Amino acid sequence: MYHLALMSQTLAPTDPAHAPGGAAIAGMRGATSEGTTPLIRARRLTKKFGEFTAVDAVDFDVAAGESFGFLGPNGAGKTSTMRMIGCVSPITDGELRVLGMDPTTDGARIKARLGVVPQQDTLDMELTVRENLIIYGRYFDLSRREAKHRADELLEFVQLLDRADSQVEPLSGGMKRRLTIARSLINEPDLLLLDEPTTGLDPQARHLLWDRLYRLKQQGKTLILTTHYMDEAEQLCDRLVVMDKARIVAEGSPRSLIEQYATREVVELRFPVDVQESLDGRLDGLAARVEQLPDRVLLYADDGEAAAAAAHDRGLRPETVLVRRSTLEDVFLRLTGRSLIE
Amino acid sequence: MTAAIRVLEYDARVFRRTWRGGLVMTFLSPVLFLASMGFGLGRFVDSAGTAGAALGGVPYAAWLAPGLLAAQAMQTGGFAVTYPIMGRIVWDKTYHGMLATPMTIPGIVFGEIGWIGIRLLLSSAVFLVVMAGFGLVLSPAGIVAVPVATLTGLAFAAPICAFTATQRNDQGFNAIFRFGLTPLFLFSGTFFPIEQLPAVIRPLAWLSPLWHGVDLIRQLSLGRFDAPLALAHLVVLSAFIVVGVAVALVTFRRALVT
Repeated sequence: MYHLALMSQTLAPTDPAHAPGGAAIAGMRGATSEGTTPLIRARRLTKKFGEFTAVDAVDFDVAAGESFGFLGPNGAGKTSTMRMIGCVSPITDGELRVLGMDPTTDGARIKARLGVVPQQDTLDMELTVRENLIIYGRYFDLSRREAKHRADELLEFVQLLDRADSQVEPLSGGMKRRLTIARSLINEPDLLLLDEPTTGLDPQARHLLWDRLYRLKQQGKTLILTTHYMDEAEQLCDRLVVMDKARIVAEGSPRSLIEQYATREVVELRFPVDVQESLDGRLDGLAARVEQLPDRVLLYADDGEAAAAAAHDRGLRPETVLVRRSTLEDVFLRLTGRSLIE
Repeated sequence: MTAAIRVLEYDARVFRRTWRGGLVMTFLSPVLFLASMGFGLGRFVDSAGTAGAALGGVPYAAWLAPGLLAAQAMQTGGFAVTYPIMGRIVWDKTYHGMLATPMTIPGIVFGEIGWIGIRLLLSSAVFLVVMAGFGLVLSPAGIVAVPVATLTGLAFAAPICAFTATQRNDQGFNAIFRFGLTPLFLFSGTFFPIEQLPAVIRPLAWLSPLWHGVDLIRQLSLGRFDAPLALAHLVVLSAFIVVGVAVALVTFRRALVT
C-alpha cells in the first residue's frame, strides 16, 4: 500500500486528494499538522426525516489513525450518521466537520478523500470485477493507467485477483463485500467509512474480512464502522459509541465500557420456562446485578464461578450454567434493557 | 462537467458488453417496418385515387419512412430512461455508488441524457441508411434527419427520465407506454397526415413532440423545407428537452440525496 501512495504522488501530483499531506496521515499519523485536530468533529449533529428524528443531537470526535465504531441495533441512527459523514445526506441541524471541511459546501472535496463501504453493495452487475474498480477510479479522476494498476493491486489485497475478469453476479457474499472494500480503497482514502461491513456473512468470510480491515488499521488508516455485532466492535474498534434510539448512550474503548457498565464475568442460567417464571426473588443478592431475559437469567458478578455456586447452594437447579467474560452485548443490555440483535 | 464525461465513459463501458444483442434489431426493425407498412400497405394507398394529393404526390413509403424514423427515436429514447434508469436508482443503486465519490447529480443527469443522445445518433443513422437503401430519402437534406431524430428521442427521454426518478417501482412505466407513447405513435402524423384528424382534436397533435419531429424529418427527407415551421419544430423539441432536464435535476436529487 505504501507503494500505491508513491505511485499516486508521481502520477497525480496536482490532485489535492493525493498530495503529500494526505499520504502522510496514512503513513505517519500524528506527525502532521492535522494530527491535533480531529478528522471528524460532530456537535449536536441531527438528522430528521419529516417528523422522524433519526439522529438526535449527537457529539463525537474521531482522531486520525483511530478505529472508531458506532454500535447499536437496527434503526439506532448509525447509518444516517455515516451518510452525513459521507456527504450524501444533508445534515438537519448541528455542526459537522469532516477532514476539517464542511460537508454542506465542500462535499466533493471531502468525498475525494473518503472510502465508503455502504451497507448494501452497490457493485455494477453489468461490469467485470476489475472493471468495477477501474470505473470507480475514474470517478476519482485517476488516469486509466493508474486506475488499472491500482485495481490489480487491490484485487490482490482482497484476494480476488483470480476472479478479476469474472462477472460480479456469481461471486459469493463475502467476495462481493471484499470487492466493495477494494473499490472503497481505489482513491487511497484518508478515512474509510464501513457501514455494517460483515452483516449477513458466514463466519469464515467475516474473519477474512476482519483480517483485511485489521491490516488497513495497521497501515494507519482511520476506520469508522457501524455494527451490531459486539465481537466485531471488540475486534476492530479502539473506541466506540453505543447508539440507541437516535442518541449516543455511552462512549469509550470496548474494555472501558465493559468495566464501567458490566462486571468482569457473567453467569447465564437457563431454567425451564415455568421455573423461571416462579423464581421471584430467589436470586436476589447472588450477584452485583441480576437480569431476567425471556429465555435465561444473567448474573453479573466479578467471580462467575462463585455466583454459580451460590445459586446452587440456594437449591436452584438450572438446566444449563454458562460462566463467561462479559461483552459489549452486556453493556448494551445494561444501557437499554434490550439485546442488540432483535 | 468532468462528472458527465465519466458517466458517458461508464455507459460506453457497459455498452461495450451489451451492444451485440441490440445490433440485429437496430437493422432489422427499420427493414421490417419499411417493407410491411411502406411497401406492403403503401401499394394499396398509392393505388387509391385521393391519397396522392394528400401526401403531396410522393409514394406512401417515402412519406411514411420519416414518420417511422421519428417514432423509432421516440421508442428508443423513451425506453432507455425507464427500466435501465430505474435499475440504477432503485435496484442496483449504481448512482448511490457514484455519489459516494466526487461525482454529482448534474453530472449523472447530463451524462445519461448525453449518452442517450449518442445512442440515438447511432440508431437514427442506421435507420437513415436503411431508408436510403430502399430509395426513400428524396433530398440530400435528409442527412440532417439524424440529428433531428436524436432531438425527437431526447424530447421524450428527458421528461420521462425525470418521471422515472419519482417512481419506486416499474408499475408507472406501463401507463407511459400504453397511454403516452402508443397513442402518440398512432396519431402524430406518422401513418397519415394530421389534416385527416377531426378539426377538434387536431391541435392535440401540435402538442405532441413526436409530430414536431415527424414533420421536420419529413420536410428534410422529402425536400419540402418550410423554414418558419421548421424553426417552430426545433423550438418545441428543445423546450421539451430543456424542461425535462431541469425537472430531472430536481427529481434525481430527491431520489438520491435524502
